[in-house]
Amino acid sequence: MSLEARVDLAIGRLHLDAEVAVATGELVVLLGPNGAGKTTLLRALAGLVELDRGRVVLDGAVLEDARTGAWVATERRPIGFVFQDYLLFPHLSALENVAFGLRARGLARAEARRRAAVWLERFGVAEHAGSRPRALSGGQAQRVALARAMVSDPLLLLLDEPLAALDAARRGEVRRDLRRHLASFDGTRLLVTHDPLEAMTMADRLVVLEDGRVTQTGTPAQVSARPRSRYVAELVGVNLFRGQAAGHTIHLAGGGTVVAAGSHQGGVFASVHPRAVALHRRAPEGTPRNVWAGTAGTLDIVADRVRVHVTGTVPIVAEVTPAAVAELRLADGGPVWASVKATEVSVYPA
Amino acid sequence: MLRSRFRPVAVLLPLVLLTAGCGGGGGQTEIKVFAAASLTAAFNKLGEDYAAANSGTRVTFNFAGSQALATQIQQGAPADVFASADVTNMDKVKDLVSLPQVFASNRLQIIVAAGNPKGVKGLADLARDDLKVVLAAPEVPAGKYAEQALDKAGVTVEPVSLEDDVKSAVGKVRLGEADAAIVYVTDVAAGGDKVEGVDIPADQNVPATYPIATVKASTHQRQAQAFVDLVRSAQSQGVLQSFGFLPPPIS
Amino acid sequence: MTGAPRRRRAGASSAAPIPFVVLAALAVGFLALPLVGLLAQTPWRRLADELAAPQVRLALRLSLVCSLGAVGISLLVGLPLAFMLARVDFPGRNLVRALTTLPMVLPPVVGGVALLLAFGRRGVAGQWLDRAFGITLPFTTMGAILAEAFVAMPFLVITTEAGLRAMDRRFEDAAATLGAGRWTTFRRVTLPLIAPSLGAGTALCWARALGEFGATITFAGNLPGSTQTMPLAVYLALENDLEAAIALSLVLLAVSLAVLIALRDRWFPTA
Repeated sequence: MSLEARVDLAIGRLHLDAEVAVATGELVVLLGPNGAGKTTLLRALAGLVELDRGRVVLDGAVLEDARTGAWVATERRPIGFVFQDYLLFPHLSALENVAFGLRARGLARAEARRRAAVWLERFGVAEHAGSRPRALSGGQAQRVALARAMVSDPLLLLLDEPLAALDAARRGEVRRDLRRHLASFDGTRLLVTHDPLEAMTMADRLVVLEDGRVTQTGTPAQVSARPRSRYVAELVGVNLFRGQAAGHTIHLAGGGTVVAAGSHQGGVFASVHPRAVALHRRAPEGTPRNVWAGTAGTLDIVADRVRVHVTGTVPIVAEVTPAAVAELRLADGGPVWASVKATEVSVYPA
Repeated sequence: MLRSRFRPVAVLLPLVLLTAGCGGGGGQTEIKVFAAASLTAAFNKLGEDYAAANSGTRVTFNFAGSQALATQIQQGAPADVFASADVTNMDKVKDLVSLPQVFASNRLQIIVAAGNPKGVKGLADLARDDLKVVLAAPEVPAGKYAEQALDKAGVTVEPVSLEDDVKSAVGKVRLGEADAAIVYVTDVAAGGDKVEGVDIPADQNVPATYPIATVKASTHQRQAQAFVDLVRSAQSQGVLQSFGFLPPPIS
Repeated sequence: MTGAPRRRRAGASSAAPIPFVVLAALAVGFLALPLVGLLAQTPWRRLADELAAPQVRLALRLSLVCSLGAVGISLLVGLPLAFMLARVDFPGRNLVRALTTLPMVLPPVVGGVALLLAFGRRGVAGQWLDRAFGITLPFTTMGAILAEAFVAMPFLVITTEAGLRAMDRRFEDAAATLGAGRWTTFRRVTLPLIAPSLGAGTALCWARALGEFGATITFAGNLPGSTQTMPLAVYLALENDLEAAIALSLVLLAVSLAVLIALRDRWFPTA
């Protein structure tokens, strides 16, 4: 069971144009900043919003094709959708919520309730079967919503920020549960999140969506190792530069150069981990091939280290010890020199 | 059983029903005349005559079924003069008015659409199944007289509606909703060319007597009396008769 | 004056400014006094006799039949209309919405006259109804029901439309993803979610129909047993037998109050 989709549509100020493919057994996580179009993409796959161009094919069956006019209505698509705030029907009990999909598809009430009860049991919320949604905690509601989406054995499970409605304290535990339940699901799964931790821990494969376009796909490791956009670079916590390489030298778009150990040609990305950046109050002499002048800016505390944002022709973030901050009086701002060894620069094609 | 000194909350009702606007008219006296609906056209004319003869005094009218007017006066509505279409309703307020004088009389007539398309010839026809007949409600003088006339003629009519005053009954026939109604000859005359009348012979007809009186509680006794005198004057009798009324019975 | 310290009002958020309290009390008095007057003048000892009169029972039964009929018609055609107004962007929608509110601002008697001109014997549609089906509406109970439906339906439509607009439509999306077709979604999700608005709208519609006078007497006429509803009976009784009028008014008042009290939570749902 697999999903192949090309979604091209404009809605409000967003123009979404993305290709998504999810293979059998894969859990693909759609990651991106708010407003990138992630929810819109899910809704398009569900048939809640029409495509301007493109097509959606699930397990070989064409659900929608803008060119031929093929269209399968939402209610006939074999999908399950977990909404961001669950959207459990407030006038029905948890059991009736889960049974809803079965009854809507023609199953008799008693049988539908029986199966729903089994699923509630499986998710550990059987004791709340008779409760109304407003009486459930965030975690319980999420499990009921998941059960409701899965009970009809959909081929494609779409989850829109399933943990966003929970407070941080609960998220960890619920995330583990969610992974377990998703792992046991043998259909195709597509999950949307803006939380990098969720993305990194849950995905088999990541699709990064920014401003309606896919900027990067790959496993979490691949994406982290080679960020291809500022958004991902910030997520992962590395400095990212983009420029034209001529041998060891890379000319950056905003001016300035980066010297790398290896030799490349053409458009490239260059990433530098903040820990590889050394800061000096006077121009350093010696081995580093990369030395940039700049001004010390904001300081962020990250675990037991401090990140210093240096502005200048080559803006860069350095991660230093608190002792270094004190010694260099970085809190006062002022001119600094940042240096990076050529061997610390990771270069890959753009 | 009616109480004469009732002051229930429905004092509001007659005030609402009063068509007279309490307008600016600074310096002018205004008298309010409550008159039976059948007197509408004739009294409007007399009102003009009165204003011409008594500059400085305006007359405003409240035309409605006499039973409604009597009740309003009982409940303290600010009337200066009361002209009723029958003696019964004047009697209801006899403690509240001066000595009533009969100033005109009227007769009943059947009103039908112009051309008499349904061929109504008399009271007996009103019992026909194919006719929609409208009567004034029995509490309304016109309705009561109509009942008496039908009794005299030995005819039973099943009306489709019992209207609150005689003008509404006329209205239904004019609109073409009802085929016939029993109203006054003056109503037929005032009805215009959309309607015509079918006579009711004297042995079946019922004379309506119209008494008029000033209201004791009026604060404009002089002007009110002047209006009553005008109505009873020879000149006004001429006006009334031009609208189809008959002179008061001699007795 | 300048030296005096400003006094802090304790609990300022829950206390109202004094002028408001006074004016609000006036409002309550204004609304309550007529009812108090009615109760004070009720001939309690004769009440049972008055109410037992056949004319009263006839009028009451007729009122209930006609008002419920009007509500039935309003639900049957008004609910779909509310749905269309709320959900479908059709050409002329604003005009239709204005048309729907028209009976609310029209004086009822004017409404009655308009109904006559449309459905009377010589009316635009009435002529055809008469010729083709032999159906005449004026002077019939059905006519009274129609007159009441004409003035009362807008209340149902407006309130229900507001409810439909206010509801979160994503619930309908959720139902679709669960396999529910449009009718199932409407039946099992939309209707329950708008039930409070629908209920309030129906109650308002019923109350308005029950109290309708001007359009009824103009269009349907006044005949005991067929078109003389309670308000008409009260009006006519007022001119003859005040105590009967008061008794009838009391019955109408009691019935209306009972419905309003039963709906108080729906009317103003607490957050």
